[in-house]
Amino acid sequence: MGEKKIRLKLTNLKKSYDTAKGKFQAVEQVDLEVYDNEFLVLLGPGHCGKTVLLNMIAGLEEQTEGEILLDGKAINGSDPRIGMVFQKTALMPWKTVMQNVEIGPKFRKVEKTPRRKKAQEYIDLVGLKGFEKSYPSELSGGMKQRVGIARAYTNDPEILLMDEPFGALDAQTRFVMEQEVSRIWEQEKRTIIFVTNNIEEACYLGDRIVLFSECPAKVKEIYVNDLPRPRDVISPEFLKLRTRISDNTDLAL
Amino acid sequence: MKKRKKKTDPLGRGRNCSKYTYQMLSIAGILSFLLVWQLLLEFGILSDRYISKPTELVALFIQKMTDSSPDGSTLPIATLASLQVALTGLLLAIVTGVPLGLLMGWYKGLDKFFKPIFEIIRPIPPISWIPLTIVWLGIGLKAKAFIIFFAAFIPCVINSYTGIKLTQQVLINVAKTCGASNFTIFWKVGIPSAMPMTFAGIRVAFGNAWSTLVAAEMLAANAGLGYMILMGRSFARPDIIMLGMVCIGALGALFTFILGIVEKRIVGWRNVK
Repeated sequence: MGEKKIRLKLTNLKKSYDTAKGKFQAVEQVDLEVYDNEFLVLLGPGHCGKTVLLNMIAGLEEQTEGEILLDGKAINGSDPRIGMVFQKTALMPWKTVMQNVEIGPKFRKVEKTPRRKKAQEYIDLVGLKGFEKSYPSELSGGMKQRVGIARAYTNDPEILLMDEPFGALDAQTRFVMEQEVSRIWEQEKRTIIFVTNNIEEACYLGDRIVLFSECPAKVKEIYVNDLPRPRDVISPEFLKLRTRISDNTDLAL
Repeated sequence: MKKRKKKTDPLGRGRNCSKYTYQMLSIAGILSFLLVWQLLLEFGILSDRYISKPTELVALFIQKMTDSSPDGSTLPIATLASLQVALTGLLLAIVTGVPLGLLMGWYKGLDKFFKPIFEIIRPIPPISWIPLTIVWLGIGLKAKAFIIFFAAFIPCVINSYTGIKLTQQVLINVAKTCGASNFTIFWKVGIPSAMPMTFAGIRVAFGNAWSTLVAAEMLAANAGLGYMILMGRSFARPDIIMLGMVCIGALGALFTFILGIVEKRIVGWRNVK
């Protein structure tokens, strides 16, 4: 792993909030290196500050201390090279699937024809061909999240953040979506940072799995997962990894 | 049964009335209301010295289309005069109130600046502006539209303000990660999100505007539905008063219906199914 190119580097990252009850430490000293084109999973119990960490990388929140370096340079605020798929199905209800997907290039004032072409490419890739003119209220949960993924890809990010994208889906749809994300990632390599609280999901998707402790978020251990894809969730190796991680996980209340 | 096939509801039972049947029910409701009214007078349960029969009102309605006695203007002229007043006031309220509400809801500085002024003006009843208005603007169209403006302005501001405040943070975050500026987010995310609430506000504003009409026309108007009602009182003509009231009611209902259609066009995404 050592010779891999480092894309994103978090050093001594901290985040605390001032609340009525005093200082609340959400993220405590995270040092992390993210390699080029890897699928990195951040795994931890619920409400342990993973989302805060992701929001800081996306530029939605400012860190209290520490640095976020992309290709060796500190980033301030939202960076177009970093895209995000959100926890809730954050689609604009007044826009059709196509209009939702093309929103990134549209905000960057890309012309309609190339923008539409690109959006169409990713709509096809996530398997929503034929639904371009549908409104979000006409889609199922899984389809909405597919739109979210297509939207993030259409923005052409080099680093893609995914914040528990499948948390709200039922188990069956969730598994299908995990397969989809894995397939799309292999087809269109990007650096992905995927947050989840589901150990199986983490083992299924991640090249490396970063296990976080309970709040405040601290890196507990990093697991390298080089099982071949697509992964077999009942193979002994998979189950062994899964057990190793689950034995080491703090349970959320 | 054949007819039902076209618009079948998979759940069926008890919900298979067609749209047509429902429309008939609405019309039947109005007709039976009129019928009860008519019968109460026909059988002398209510005295026709104080209330006119619906049939008499229809006759008066037809007569008033061309006859300008006793209040000095025919019904179409009175209606146009009232509409002009109400719509001028309402439009003014929409074009100033909605943007103000949206901007206040989005930009904190503007909120802090305007909120106190707004909160003081808000509880003042629109009709209490009448005396001042006479002093300032006399008794013309401007004065009347001004009173209506106050009645309609407040709900426009409040609903737009609340609507844009309720914009989902996650949608704002989406736009932010796409690199949109604050103004772009306001324009492309905040305003569309606020539209359903804003429209509800415009509906309320219209209701307020229309119901303040009579009060505004107390300002020595010389034509208008409210004025016609007042004249009906002076001449002790309950039929004229009632005709004026029915016209105000019917026009109000018509406008609410039109607003509903416009709303569906603009915020139709809300309940696409």
